[in-house]
Order: sequence, then structure tokens, then C-alpha cells
Amino acid sequence: MTSQNTPYALPGSQTRQSITLMTRGIRNEWRIYAIAIAASGVFGLITVATSRVVGHLTSSYIIPILDGNRSVATIWAGAGILFAVIVALVISIVFRRIFAAQGTFHLQARHRRALGNKFVELPPAWHRQTSPGKLLSNVSSDSEAATSVFNPLPFMLGVVVMLIAAAVMLFSIDSWLALSAFSIIPIMIIANLFFQQKMTPAVTHAQELRGEVSEVAHESFEAATLVKAMGTEDTEAKRFDTVTDDLEKANVRAGTIRAVFDPIIDALPNIGALLVLIVGLQRVSAGAATAGDIVSAAYLMSLLAVPVRSFGWVLAELPRSVVGYQRVAQVVDTTNTVTPGTHNMTLTPGEPAEVKLADIGVSFTDEHGTQHVLQNVTLTITAGTTMVLMGRTGAGKSTLVSLIPRLADPDQGTITIADHNVAELTRTALSNSVVFVAQSTFIFEDTVRTNVTLSDSAYTDEQVWEALEAAHIADFVRTLPKGINTNLGERGSNLSGGQRQRLAIARALVRRPSVLILDDATSALDPQVEQAILATVRQNYATTVIMVAYRAASARLADEVCVLAHGNIVARGTHDQLVTTNNYYQELVMAYERDAEQRREDSNAGL
Amino acid sequence: MPDSNNGSHIASASNLGAIATVRRGIQLTPELINGIWLTLALAVLAAAGKVVIPITVQQAVDATTSGAENLLGEITTVGTIALIAIAVAALSTTAVNIRLVRNAERGLARLRQQAFRHIHRLSVLTQNTERRGALVSRVTSDVDTISLFVQWGGIMLLTSVLQLVAATAVMLFYSWQLTILVWVTFIPFMFLLRPAQRRVNVSFTRVRSRMGDLLGAVSEAIVGSSTVYSYGIADKTREKITTRVNEHRSAGVQAMTHVAYSFAAGVFAANLVLVVVVIAGAYLGVAGNITAGQLVAFLFLTQLFTGPVQLATEVLNELQNAVAGWRRVIAVIETPIDVTSPENSVTQPPRGPGALTITDVAYRYPGGDLVLNDVNLHVQAGKRVAVVGETGSGKTTLAKLVTRFADPTHGHIAFDGIDLKDHSQEDLRTRILLIPQEGFLFNATIAENIAYGISQRHPGITQENITQTVHQAIHELGLTPWLSTLPNGENTEVGQRGERLSAGERQLIALARAYISGADLIVMDEVTSAVDPATEVTISRALEKLMDGKSTLTIAHRLSTAAASDHVVVMDSGRVVEQGTHEQLLALQGRYSAMYNAWISQTTSQQH
Repeated sequence: MTSQNTPYALPGSQTRQSITLMTRGIRNEWRIYAIAIAASGVFGLITVATSRVVGHLTSSYIIPILDGNRSVATIWAGAGILFAVIVALVISIVFRRIFAAQGTFHLQARHRRALGNKFVELPPAWHRQTSPGKLLSNVSSDSEAATSVFNPLPFMLGVVVMLIAAAVMLFSIDSWLALSAFSIIPIMIIANLFFQQKMTPAVTHAQELRGEVSEVAHESFEAATLVKAMGTEDTEAKRFDTVTDDLEKANVRAGTIRAVFDPIIDALPNIGALLVLIVGLQRVSAGAATAGDIVSAAYLMSLLAVPVRSFGWVLAELPRSVVGYQRVAQVVDTTNTVTPGTHNMTLTPGEPAEVKLADIGVSFTDEHGTQHVLQNVTLTITAGTTMVLMGRTGAGKSTLVSLIPRLADPDQGTITIADHNVAELTRTALSNSVVFVAQSTFIFEDTVRTNVTLSDSAYTDEQVWEALEAAHIADFVRTLPKGINTNLGERGSNLSGGQRQRLAIARALVRRPSVLILDDATSALDPQVEQAILATVRQNYATTVIMVAYRAASARLADEVCVLAHGNIVARGTHDQLVTTNNYYQELVMAYERDAEQRREDSNAGL
Repeated sequence: MPDSNNGSHIASASNLGAIATVRRGIQLTPELINGIWLTLALAVLAAAGKVVIPITVQQAVDATTSGAENLLGEITTVGTIALIAIAVAALSTTAVNIRLVRNAERGLARLRQQAFRHIHRLSVLTQNTERRGALVSRVTSDVDTISLFVQWGGIMLLTSVLQLVAATAVMLFYSWQLTILVWVTFIPFMFLLRPAQRRVNVSFTRVRSRMGDLLGAVSEAIVGSSTVYSYGIADKTREKITTRVNEHRSAGVQAMTHVAYSFAAGVFAANLVLVVVVIAGAYLGVAGNITAGQLVAFLFLTQLFTGPVQLATEVLNELQNAVAGWRRVIAVIETPIDVTSPENSVTQPPRGPGALTITDVAYRYPGGDLVLNDVNLHVQAGKRVAVVGETGSGKTTLAKLVTRFADPTHGHIAFDGIDLKDHSQEDLRTRILLIPQEGFLFNATIAENIAYGISQRHPGITQENITQTVHQAIHELGLTPWLSTLPNGENTEVGQRGERLSAGERQLIALARAYISGADLIVMDEVTSAVDPATEVTISRALEKLMDGKSTLTIAHRLSTAAASDHVVVMDSGRVVEQGTHEQLLALQGRYSAMYNAWISQTTSQQH
């Protein structure tokens, strides 16, 4: 695993990135690659040996035997040597392939785990800005691309050994023969470099489009119900056609480059073999070589034909791998600005805690200048009381409550829970004492039980039922075929909004938090149910409740109401106090009732 | 039996055999084999180039042993011819490659597009049985696995086979006895190949399905990120993903291990042929049936023969991988569409608010109990009908049937006197519109989200007209004051799934979108969420405007909505228990009046 400090991304120029990608991969899985590369090296040596054996068979057995200078039975001895070499060859292939595949899959899994770590570690704010489709594509196609070069890499390294052995062998036979055979190498290098230069931009583009295809597909499938409701299947199909057509074009471009390059690389060893034959015949007539030597050299060229292409494979995959790797790295290197502290607070579960917000400021800068979301907000919520935050959309209520469980950090000010600064707490300490319930509830494709405990086996069935009772959803769960062991299906698609919210509240209550934050988390509930739940919470759960709400009914339940406007606290007090003394508050909670009254009057006047 | 897939209605893979899969794949996207005969002809030329070197070797070796006079002159001629042949072969290969790449990419793009369209055509019920992440993999990575095969594997297989034919032809020319021997040595290997291929196939299918599981787990962690974060379950989620990642890894390694064995077996068989040829060749040579040069050429030819066979095993392995992906895509395309468009749709009545008649309707979810029974209901043209009832009473299911997200198990639903099943899908979607509780927003601007679908209803509409329509809708629905509070007004980006906006604001966009759709019957699942009262006012005014002059069927969660309707339907346990006007039902002193009185006492208790 890369340590916290070294970035995941590959450094430097394209060439340096390519080299780092390969060396880093081999280093990370060095045990596997040690075997894979060694097996590949052995494979290279044996391949060259095979050609030598074939040459030897020609000059020492076949020609003498056919000329009648040697007994035909001796061929069995010659063939025996060949057979032994072949067995060794096959064993080296098995080792090379299995370990090369292990290396690739282990490296791929590393990327995927690193991505998974980031996905769970990064705050919701980051997720809101990032398309799920792109992230899925990071996990599937980018991780795959990032490691694709490792499939041919061990083979290629073995081919290097093969080429060195071939050079030694050829030079030991005859220098002219060797030179003619190796004359194709410089051409090969040039062709490969040229190819890589052409291929890189083409492949980069294709890989980006692959990500886009996944993004469009994901969003469109998420929107499936809307698409059906509006009959916009064709609109969606067109949107998808556009990206897939672009991907097609990009793939064809990359494929065409490869289509031109591949036959050239293919033809080069043949041309080499031809040169060997022509030069070899001259050497034979000059008496410097035997027919067996030519056969060895030419056979070697034909054996090399496939292996030398491995350089092309590696070079062809490299650009794609670098692009895939960098796309993965972009996510893995994202720093979580909300870094957990090290302080381990020990709060007794079920013991309410005081929450203090001191001089909180949050702002962001965009093209319209600096916008203040929250400014100098100071607020203390006494342990065990209920505080309701009211205000118009955009007043900063949700932002304010999201700071307490550190879904985000303020730009200014401090937040303490029972006198512990939240920024200094470990994530576990914080999530054990503060539970945040959002308006929309994510339901896992799992049982009711798991959705309440979130897979924490420490909770007993009784505790689960107790939480379900408190959230007033126990009756509904009892009607399910398997009770709390009923599977809710993907994202609880069959649950109503109110049921989902109640489940989320049960999920929170089972943890017996010291601070319970309900960010508009009761919006889909009937006012009576909301009141009943809050009454149960106040009675049976010793917790500090901080609630964002819109209804006057919710406000009436609070020990204190705090009204926010444009990022500032504009009023505090009980509902009864505020509703009689504060105009802004009256306007806020009574707007709908007034409008309804207004319309009733209008229609009466019309009659 | 198609693989069952955790209750999914979409099979995880089709159950076609490998060859049938390829055939079906080509049938779905015939582009893959466009101009295949010319490609084949070019491939023959390309393959012929491969025998150049063995023939040249034979010439060379025999020249040295025979001690010919003009050795150099002869070899120069042979060399020149060989060089030309190599060049021609290379050019042909390029042409073959380009042709195949073009076909492959066209075919695969088409395949993605077909699968994508089909997924959208499936009923919501079927769609919901499969994870979104897994559906995405069917149009992305599953197709990618085919790509490798049809682009390169196809070429390799083709040229390999041709090379085999060419090699065999030249071999026969040199020695028919040895040729037979070569084939006889190979045949047992070919028999071994089949079961090995099957094993490889099974393991690749497992890799693909592990990938689906992995993407499913990851997608859950991504979409549920705020739950993961705020409940502190990062470690558990991480563990879950890690398990899936490692399972995929093990499956992959296992598949590749099978491939390694079958490839090595191919190499072994190929080289065994070499040994056999050396021995038999020596005896044949002594008997005077073959020259030294021919025998050596034969060794080269066996290399030519075994190369393709090895390569073909490789390609066949790749084919198994491709078939695994192909099957998953085909499984999607072959999932039956449960809500079909009629073959001959009836002539449509003129547009305008229509009447809705529900007769004796019953509905059961596949394998479930009846959720609707004996439902009779009539919505007169231009009237507002509210359906009330507790959660689980069947209200939402009724809305799904009316918008034909599913068809009733029994009974009929008619719009404008014509059964929904006889309306063309297009007509149905233009005239009947469902506004779901949670309107989905695309990651785009507010204006773009409002305009969503307009260019499909009005092909060729100009951007200017779209902007104008959107402005008009914003104005008429009274959304201007709200938009002016946003920094970029209608050009504000809404973020993934509209998450940068509040629930109420998302609802406003959904209403505007419905408004410009111009549907004649609006079926609305009323939003239950309380929103900030100012937005609530904007919403109710916009709704009023939207429903003006249309037939509406509202799944009402607020009794104020019911009170304001022309007709109220009360549902309980899938049946209509009361219906009539608000006043009639109150006078009935039944279920509705009880619900209403409870609601009144509770809302007035909040008033001051």
C-alpha cells in the first residue's frame, strides 16, 4: 500500500510515468513477479535452446542419416533431447502464465481496494460532486486498464533474456549471421516508439469516453422511472447513442493505428529470417558456416516472431494503462479535508451531551464572489433538550447541523460535544456519540435488521425491536413475511417515504446516541406520528435532539426554537414566545396557512 | 435453466452454448460480419505470406546440399520474390485488421445501444429487480469483454485457421505421410481441448458475475455515501467491498490458471509433433521419400502449424471470456418486455382532457398476493380525482396501472374509451403523465431539467423555442421569485440527482417539467414531505396552474387535497371502500369522515 504521503498518481513525463507504473507494480507484488519473471527468463533461454537443438538435429542427425552416414536408429537419441527441452519449456510456460495472471489480478484488486477505501472515507459533499457512473468506471474499466500492461510484461521481460541468449548463440555461430539477424532490432525499436507516440492520445481519448458511457448509463438507469413516466426512452437512447458513437470512433481510430502497426512488426522477423538465409548461404559458400547453422538461425527467427511482438503489446497497452492508472489515482489522491482527530472520547452511551457551537463561519467563493453560508453563529444546546432550527430554504440550517457530525468542517469557529472539540475526536468516537439522520434515507439491499443495525452484530433482536417501536414502524415490520429478517430489496424501492424515514430513525435510535440530529428527517411523516416519535424519544432516550424542521407542529415540541436567516441567528425562544413576538417567525411558519386563507377569500369573492 | 439472480427478473446470463451465443450475437448486430467475404479473401493472402519463409528455407538447404552452380543468383531471385510476398501479406493484414476493427466497433456500439434501449423498455417492476450498478455493467464492461475478441480474437482465429490450411497444403506437397502423422498427433489434443474450454468458460462466467457483484457493492457505497459516512460504518462497508474485490480476484486468477493449463497443453502437443516429425522424417528420408531440405522445411511448417493451433487455443480462451460477456448482454436483450406496445394501435381520439375508466381491476405482483381487487373508478374529462388511503392500501399501485407501468392482472383500464393496451406507447406517454413523489433530476441546469423530453415531443424544435417555452412555464407557474433567489437563476446546476436543491425545489422543477409536457391526464403521487412554508406556497400555486383544465388523478396524502377535489376515492387493502364528492363522503359518516375529522382536529390544534 502506498503510504499517506506519497501520491498515488504517477510522476513526471509520459515516459517516466510509464516506467514508474511498471516498477511500482512489480515492487508491490514482488513475490509474485519474482517467480513470473524468473519463469519467463527460463522460457526465453529454453526457446533459444530449442532452435539450437533443431539446428543440431539437422546437421548431426537428419543430413548424415539421409546421406547414409549415420544409423537411422540414432534419431531416437536426437529426438529424446528435443523432448526433454520441450517438457522444460511447457513447465516454464505454466509458471509464467499463472504468476503473470496472479500479478495482474492482485494489482487490479489493489486499485479497487484503494478506490473502495476512498469511497467510504470521503465526505458526502465530495460524492455529491462526483458522478457515480464515473466512480463505477474507475472500479471496473480504469482499474482493468491500469493493469492491462502487466499481462504481457513478464513475457516481454523473458523475451529480453531470450534476445540476449539468441545474440550470444548467433555470435558464437557466426558474426555476419548474427548481425544480419539483429539488423531488424533498431527498425523495430523505431517502429514501436513511433507507434506509442501515435497511440497515446488515441487511447487516452477512448478511455475518457468509456467513463462517459458509464456515466450516462448510470444516470439514465437511475432515472428509469422518470424516463418511463415521460416516455423519453428515445431521448435517453439518443443521449446514449451520442456517447457510444463517439466511443466507437475513438476505438476505431486507436484500432486503425494498431492495424497498420501490427503487420509491420509481424513482417520484421520474416525479413530478418530472409536476410539470415541470404547472408547465411554466402557464409556457407565461403565455408564459414554449415547448413545446420543457417537452419538454427532461421528457426530462431521464426521462434522469435511471436515473442518480439510482446514489446509491441507492452507498448500498446502502456498508454492505456497510464491513463487508467491516473484516473484511479485522481480519486485515490483526493484528500479528505475533514481529517479525523486522535482523541478518544468516552461518553456513556445513552447519556445526553451538551453541544456548543462557537462563532461558526462557513463561506464559499464562486464566480459571484464570496458567499457566506453561516456567519458568527454561536449556540449552546443544553444536554438532554430538544432544539429545533427553523428558516427558509438556503438559510444555512442543514449546513449548520452537518458540521456537528463533521460531514464538513467550518471555516471558522469550533464545535464541542460535552466539552470535547469534535475536530480532535476519532471518527469512531464521534459516530458513536452523534448520529445524523438526513432527509432522504438510503436503504441497503438487505434485511430490516441489517438496515437498522447496519451489520453491527452487537445489537440484539430486542434492541432492534425496541428501536422499531420507538420509530413507530414496528407494526409495519410485523406485517412483513419474515419480520425483521425480511429483505427490503434494492434501495427499499417498495417502501414509502414515511416508512423509509421511520426506518432511518430506528437506525439512529438503536445506537442510543448522546446527540441525535434530525435534518428534516421527519418531513414525510404525518404530524401525529412525528409527535409520537419525538415524545417517545424524549421519554425513553436520554439524548440531545437537534432538529431541522418546517412545521409549526414540530417547533411546538422543542424546548427551544432557533431561527436562521441568511446564515445568521435572527431569533431564539420557545414557539409560543416567537409566534406572538416575532414577525419574521410568524411569516415563516404561517405562510402556507395564510396563502390558503387568501385563496379561500379570493374564491369566495369570485362566487 | 438460466442462472437465477437473487430474485432478479433479468437472467444473469443467457443459457446459450458458445457457438449459439456467437451466432445470436452476430444476429443481433450483423454489422460484425459486414463484407466478410472480401475480408476472408484478404486474409487468405495474408496467411499465404506465412509459408514464404519455410519454402525459402527448403530452397536454401537443398541448394547447399545439392551444391548448385549459381547458388547466389538463385537465392537472390528467391529472396526478391519472398520479400514481395511478405510485403503483400503485410498490406493484406492491415486491410483485414482495419475492416474488422470497423465492423467490430460498429457492431458493439449497436449492441450497447440495443441493450440500453431494451433496459428502458422493461417495466419498472423488472428494472427494480436488478441493481443499477449491475445494469450499467451490462452495457459497459460486459460489452468491453466482447470487444477484445471480435477485434483481435476474430482476426487471429481467422488467420490461424487459414494458416493451418496453407501449412497443410504445403506440407502435403512435401510429404503426405508426414502430413497425416502431424494431424494424427494433433487429434487427441483437440479432443482434450473441448472439456478444457468448457472449464475455462465456466470460470470466465464466474469472473463476470463477480464483477457484477463488485459493482453492485460499490454502487451501494457510492449512492449511500452519506449513510456510510454519518453512521460511522465506513469500516464495515470497506470490508464488504474488499470481500467482493477479493472474490473477483480469486475468480480471475482461477480462470487464468485454467487458461494457462490449456495453453501449455497446446504448446506441449505442438512440440510433440516436432519430435514425431523428426523421428518419422528420418525414417522416410532413409527410404528416399523426402529430401533433407524438405524435412527441414517440414520442421518450419510444423512451427507454422503449431503456432496457429496455440494461438487458436488462446483465442478460444478469449472467446470464452467474450461469450460470458455476450451472454449477459443477450440475457438483457432477451428479457421479455412485460408491458408491450400494441401491434396495431387504434386511431387516436383528438387531444384534450380525457376520461379515465377503471373496470373490475385486480393486480398481483408476480408471485405475490393481490394488492388490488375489484377496483371500479371513473374520472370524467377535466375533473380532479383524489385517491386516499393508508400506506399499503394500493394507491400507488393504482397509479402505476393507470400510467401503464404494469398491466392489471384482471380487468380493464380505458382512457378516452380506449383500452390502455390499445394506445400506442408514444401516445400514452404524451397524454398520460405520472409525476412521482421524488422527481429525478439530471446533473444539468434547472432549465435543462425543465426542458427534459421536449425535443422528443417536438422534433426539430430550436434551442430558442425551448428557452422560450421554459421561460413561459417559469413565468406562468410563478417560479420567477424563487429562481431569483438562486445565484444563477434557471442556469443553476442542480448536481447529481439534483442533490444541491431542497426536496421542495426539486418538486418545483418536476412540476414545471410536467407543465410543458402538455399531458391530458396527470397522475400525481403527492409529495408527503413537509417543505419550507414559502416553497410550499409556490408549489401549491404552481400545482393549481398545472391542473387547470386537465383530468387529474392524485394519490393524496393530505386531506386538504382531497377536500379540494371533485371526486374522492377511499381505498383500503386494495379495494375501493368509499367514493363520492368530499361532501357526500362526509355525510356518509364512514371511513373518510373519520380520517377527515382526525386530520381537522390535529391541524387546528396547531393554529393560533
